Amino acid sequence: MAEIRASFFVECEELLEALLDGLQAMEDGAADAETINVVFRAVHSIKGGAGAFGLDALVAFAHRFETALDELRSGRLTADGEVLRLFFSGSDILADLVRDSRDGNETDAARVAPVRAALEALAATSDAPEAGAEEIDFQPMALSIGLDLDVPALPQSDATLWQIRFRPEPGLYESANEPLFLFRALRDLGALSVRCHDVAVPGLDSLDNPRAPHLWWTLELESTEGEAAIREVFDFVEGLCQLEIDGAPAPPGVPDLPDLAPGDAPVIDAPPLAAVDLAVDPAPCPSPPEPESAPQVEPDSRRPDEARAAAAPRATVRVDLERIDRLVNLVGEIVINQAMLSQSVEAAGIPPNSPVRAGLEEFLQLTRDIQESVMMIRAQPVKSLFQRMARIVREISAATGKDVRLRTEGENTEVDKTVIERLADPLTHMIRNAVDHGLEDQDKRHASGKPHEGTVSLRAMHRSGRIVIEVADDGGGIDRPKVLDKAIRQGLITADSNLSDTEIDNLLFLPGFSTADTVSNLSGRGVGMDVVRAAIQALGGRVTIASTRGEGTRFTISLPLTLAVLDGMVVQVAGETIVIPLSAILETLALGREDVRSFGPSTHVVSIRDRFLPLLDLGAELGFRSPLEDYADQIVLLVGQEDGSPAAMVVDAIEDQRQVVIKGLHESYGRVPGIAAATILGDGQIALILDPIDLVSRAHGRTRPPPPASSPLPNVQTG
Amino acid sequence: MTMQVLAVDDSRTMRDMLRLALTGAGIEAHLAEDGVHGLERLDEIPPPDAIITDINMPRMDGFGFIDAVRGREALRAVPILVLTTESAAELKARARAAGATGWIVKPFDPESLVKALKMVTG
Amino acid sequence: MTDVSTTTEPAKDEQTVELLSFLVSGQDYCVDIMSVREIRGSARATPLPHAPPYMRGVINLRGAVLPIMDLSARLDLKTTSDTSRNVIIVVSTNDRTVGLMVDAVSDILALSETSLQPPPEMPADEGRAFISALTIVEDKMIRVLNLAAILPTVNEDAA
Repeated sequence: MAEIRASFFVECEELLEALLDGLQAMEDGAADAETINVVFRAVHSIKGGAGAFGLDALVAFAHRFETALDELRSGRLTADGEVLRLFFSGSDILADLVRDSRDGNETDAARVAPVRAALEALAATSDAPEAGAEEIDFQPMALSIGLDLDVPALPQSDATLWQIRFRPEPGLYESANEPLFLFRALRDLGALSVRCHDVAVPGLDSLDNPRAPHLWWTLELESTEGEAAIREVFDFVEGLCQLEIDGAPAPPGVPDLPDLAPGDAPVIDAPPLAAVDLAVDPAPCPSPPEPESAPQVEPDSRRPDEARAAAAPRATVRVDLERIDRLVNLVGEIVINQAMLSQSVEAAGIPPNSPVRAGLEEFLQLTRDIQESVMMIRAQPVKSLFQRMARIVREISAATGKDVRLRTEGENTEVDKTVIERLADPLTHMIRNAVDHGLEDQDKRHASGKPHEGTVSLRAMHRSGRIVIEVADDGGGIDRPKVLDKAIRQGLITADSNLSDTEIDNLLFLPGFSTADTVSNLSGRGVGMDVVRAAIQALGGRVTIASTRGEGTRFTISLPLTLAVLDGMVVQVAGETIVIPLSAILETLALGREDVRSFGPSTHVVSIRDRFLPLLDLGAELGFRSPLEDYADQIVLLVGQEDGSPAAMVVDAIEDQRQVVIKGLHESYGRVPGIAAATILGDGQIALILDPIDLVSRAHGRTRPPPPASSPLPNVQTG
Repeated sequence: MTMQVLAVDDSRTMRDMLRLALTGAGIEAHLAEDGVHGLERLDEIPPPDAIITDINMPRMDGFGFIDAVRGREALRAVPILVLTTESAAELKARARAAGATGWIVKPFDPESLVKALKMVTG
Repeated sequence: MTDVSTTTEPAKDEQTVELLSFLVSGQDYCVDIMSVREIRGSARATPLPHAPPYMRGVINLRGAVLPIMDLSARLDLKTTSDTSRNVIIVVSTNDRTVGLMVDAVSDILALSETSLQPPPEMPADEGRAFISALTIVEDKMIRVLNLAAILPTVNEDAA
């Protein structure tokens, strides 16, 4: 049962998603009748399952919601903006109730009550006939419980002799009800005698409708059960038959007998034929209302086409995440092992064109394919994340009184599951900030000719081997003078710093920075962007800002496509092997003597196609050695900086390019500046994977060895 | 011969619960997730002793399904119980109009389910 | 100086603790065996940039990245032996796993808790915090290592 319960909550998540999709379609004006049905069924199914598990709060709310949706479904209600907004709130509350029920928490009644009341009001205003049990009355129908409700007090002797007259009408047989079964059920209540009356059965030649009911019965039941129990037996056929039930206390030894004239109960003991003539016209029944000859639906011919045409939902399998992780690790190991094997084979002197080497190459290809497939198992569309953000926007919109709309794009972009989970918080902060601080209030927007409704857009896409997620708003943009001012006052920069626009924007990423003058009631002092950036970097990603005053701000998050594999360039630096992500490398060059120019007392620049780029010595930056004496003839890699402009990074030698398996450093060691992760090389040694942008942003840029303690500065001008 | 019942419901949870209740009572359960699927199952198995179906389902709802079933000669007399979440008179009438034999109110407990089945199958 | 019993066999009803003893710069240390994951030979560690001097780097432990700490450097002792014959004791605590580079592993000791005494207060010696107890086994003084104090905490930024 516990398994079914767990499975139910998983199903609820799917239903909630379908609900949100449907409501979104309705908001976009893309809804049809089926959409409304989908929305209705989602809530209906949640209610059904919840009832089975006794989740009363959830059931009660879902019931109201369902009733209101029923109004919509039957056309008695039209979904205008107000109504839709209410339905969206309803879906949010429903989601909360589902999750709280799952986790055993109490949902805040104060939040639930107003929405519930509003839904109730919605249903009440339309002309719906009283939707049955207003009070949730979900007792399963138990049969033959013997509720003695309306039966007059019986005398001490409990048994009553019931006379039952039962005449089926056409609908009874049409609905596959069977009198025999009814009689059997009656027999369970006591001693039963049955008499069948075939008076009304026409002769064969006048039998025009063999399906019409012509038989009826009288039954005598001696039972201690009350009338209600007897009626209950006929519950399914109520209205499909003529039924009369009369009770008299069972004859033996009952003092009140005189009160009940035995004649009331027509006891038939004589041959039935003539004596029986109750108010029954044995007229042949009217032609059966249910047409057996009208199978409007031709299921057989239609079905095959329909089944194929209807987009067969993708078959899915639910798998324990742990199993997938284990699989991912094992596949990673295979890749490493393959590399080691390759190396050993090469070291053993086996020639490149031998079958062994060729076989290993194929093996490598297969391994890569498996790895890619396995990684894609963990990939999920970002849709769930976007839907969560949509809800955040709704809540903030309500809390700040700003009219906001969230536009999403690329919600089917697939991303590793872990990434989705760990992006939730940073994205939430960014969106909160966008609405709270990015978007101006109505008056200002009006004054600048912007639409009343603010727009926050959320886009996801794959771009050059990475996942890119953009959060943008059409608000006022970053107030740079204010930011500068604040930074100076907080002592983060000196008053005379000359910063570019991008540099000013990036001040927002400094810890503790916030330009919120007033404490907003939802984001406190405006959650620091430094926290956001740290979270994204922990995922191996980075975030950048672009902003135009008066027009809006855009944050771009760039993440590795999969958490486990990287195409890298393997280089040698100060005797150590380092891997640099291929996507970060713009160009590789060998330095000519004339390309290296002195810049400051300890730095150099490189001249490349008439541009001057900063020169960085990777070995020195990593602290593995001091800067070189001479950089002529060194190999440099051009890597992009935070703002996109290139820097030239010196490495000692380039080994090759290969795909490496990423091993996190974070869990085992922590953050290492300039380093993204680690990998295991073919020889089993660990090599560090560089985070070029982080490294460059922290670089000291020293490319001149420090002078020996007492001697004057040597002349190392090389250009 | 074990009783054979076809249960049709679009909610996975409901199907699980129906299966649990039926097999617990020694009844063999066949399941389908909507009307179309239900008809496919009916093609595959001999006429069941009874059918249980939900009303609100995608592709083909309960009413359509019952209609189709009743249209098949071999299945005319198979009792059909509909699963309903309230004993609203309106729903009863509709169920009846669709040709259902009886109904079971959700949430059901296994005993009531089995009793209702026995009721219509003898 | 002290009345510590020199027997290493604890009485049956006393609380016993098992310790792995090893040598660091000629000194005897031990650590709770429950935190020892495995013991392996030394391997060349990949250095981590801007790491504290006692962190040698990381090695590949069956596919996992294992940081290696030079224990003698951490404890501020003079390194005496040739590092190529070092042994690495892989320990874990507070869900951090680290390899401690030591000179050699000595023995597994089963001691009663009562035979462990708290170290004396020695303000001049900062290293005291790394030692949680002292004990005597066969006339040798063995220092019980305070693992939690030795290992970096999870959020420590390496720079």
